[in-house]
Amino acid sequence: MPPIIELKNVSFTYPHGEGKPESPPAVDNVSLSVEPGEFVAVLGHNGSGKSTLAKLFNAILTPTSGDVLIDGMNTRDESRLFDIRKTAGMVFQNPDNQIVATVVEEDVAFAPENMGLPSKEIRRRVDEALAAVGMSAFKRHAPHLLSGGQKQRIAIAGVLAMQPRAIVMDEPTAMLDPMGRAEVMRTILRLNRENGMTVVLITHHMDEAAQAGRVIVMNHGRMLLDGAPAEIFSQVDELRACSLAPPQTVALLDRLNRDLNAGLPLTALSVEQCADVIYHYLKG
Amino acid sequence: MLKDITLGQYFPGQSPIHRFDPRLKVLMVVAYIVALFCADGLWAYLFCFSMLALCIGLSRIRPKMMLRGLKPVLFIICFTAVLNMFYTPGVVLWHWWIFTLTREGIFNALYMVSRIVMLIMCTALLTYTTSPIALTDALEYLLGPLKKLRVPVHEFTMMMTIALRFIPTLIEETDKIMSAQKARGADFESGNLIARAKALVPVLVPLFVSAFRRADELATAMECRLYHGGEGRTRLNELHFARLDLLGGVLTAACVAAVFVISHFWA
Repeated sequence: MPPIIELKNVSFTYPHGEGKPESPPAVDNVSLSVEPGEFVAVLGHNGSGKSTLAKLFNAILTPTSGDVLIDGMNTRDESRLFDIRKTAGMVFQNPDNQIVATVVEEDVAFAPENMGLPSKEIRRRVDEALAAVGMSAFKRHAPHLLSGGQKQRIAIAGVLAMQPRAIVMDEPTAMLDPMGRAEVMRTILRLNRENGMTVVLITHHMDEAAQAGRVIVMNHGRMLLDGAPAEIFSQVDELRACSLAPPQTVALLDRLNRDLNAGLPLTALSVEQCADVIYHYLKG
Repeated sequence: MLKDITLGQYFPGQSPIHRFDPRLKVLMVVAYIVALFCADGLWAYLFCFSMLALCIGLSRIRPKMMLRGLKPVLFIICFTAVLNMFYTPGVVLWHWWIFTLTREGIFNALYMVSRIVMLIMCTALLTYTTSPIALTDALEYLLGPLKKLRVPVHEFTMMMTIALRFIPTLIEETDKIMSAQKARGADFESGNLIARAKALVPVLVPLFVSAFRRADELATAMECRLYHGGEGRTRLNELHFARLDLLGGVLTAACVAAVFVISHFWA
């Protein structure tokens, strides 16, 4: 199968004001491809260009140079704009600012209504999408009375109702409390594992990225690292160089290595794995 | 505390009044208002009142709630009553300074007041029994012909929906900003009216800024969900005209006709 998202030497520079010096490119010569069914986390600290990258996936921005292909469609081609957005749905940071209607199910129905589907089909998709995020019980509720995590799950359902092939999420958990974050992460993981949904998750939380199948690290608009989470997070020095703290488990093992010269592998991403590694080390 | 306001004052229910097609309900209210203004004479008024009472009874909305709807217009009601009582020429009952109470005046005042009360009550009944979304859908449909004259009907109703959606969000935000300002020593409660209004400026500025930011983000999110105006848009809940609606429509028409007959031929 061809990749769902493909970037070929993509750069993007934000337009600058008259007479001002040109700003450095927000995304600098990035090439990558995302295969169907993958769960890719894009990591980077503030200003690393990760949010700009997300906007390029959805034709909200078009690259200054290079090409973005969504399921083979070039985002520069305005006649395909609808199909592009239908293929790669987008979830934003603030759940409040992406919910349109005063009733949950009406909001989830927004995209299929715009697609001009018959009302029976809309009903089917709304019910399916709400079930997929576990919010069926709330379909007649007013969104402003829901918690942050619930609102974000409604926003995800709103995108699912388009039946996209991939979902791009731009820091969907950044404005949520820990409970809400866990709730949204569970939903994302389930969508990826059970429904085979391709997910691109933009985040600056290590523990969220650790749950993905593949991690891309951005720094100053460039793609710095690309690989499996265990592989990426063991490169402690590179992570620190782009102001990212490695996951706590890896940080602990790294500290043991430095202070005691223990020579432990830095691949433990869960607390259990980490405990195992230390246990074996202590046993001899 | 501000979070508890009910949106558009809608009380969900399953009564026939609730289940009427919202388009029909809007038309029924219009017809009823026309009937009210055509009504003349005690019997016509009594008939109008019993129609309204029947609808309120059917809707199961508590009469107390209906009366609450009158509160904001209490001043207008009193004003109308006084003006009509003292400034209608006719048989003088009582006279003092510039006030002349006439028998016709008292009748006029009673008619006018009951007309206003019934008018407010029937519109209140509409918003109490119809969800804001159904109401905007109905308006979009009924104003549909204006699209031919290039009136942006869809955009107008979309604006209404979004406004309704964001009222609680913005109220919450106002609450937050006010708390933040209070924490830094702002005083919203003391001083005269002008001082209090001035104290609100530091609340309104950040509120406006954030409202614009929200609008921008919402517009992007809507575009990402394929919004492209009203053209080719379908609805999750299509409005449909049922047998109940036909019955309601016919009954309303009959009642309006009855008001005409009572007012102009019977008396």
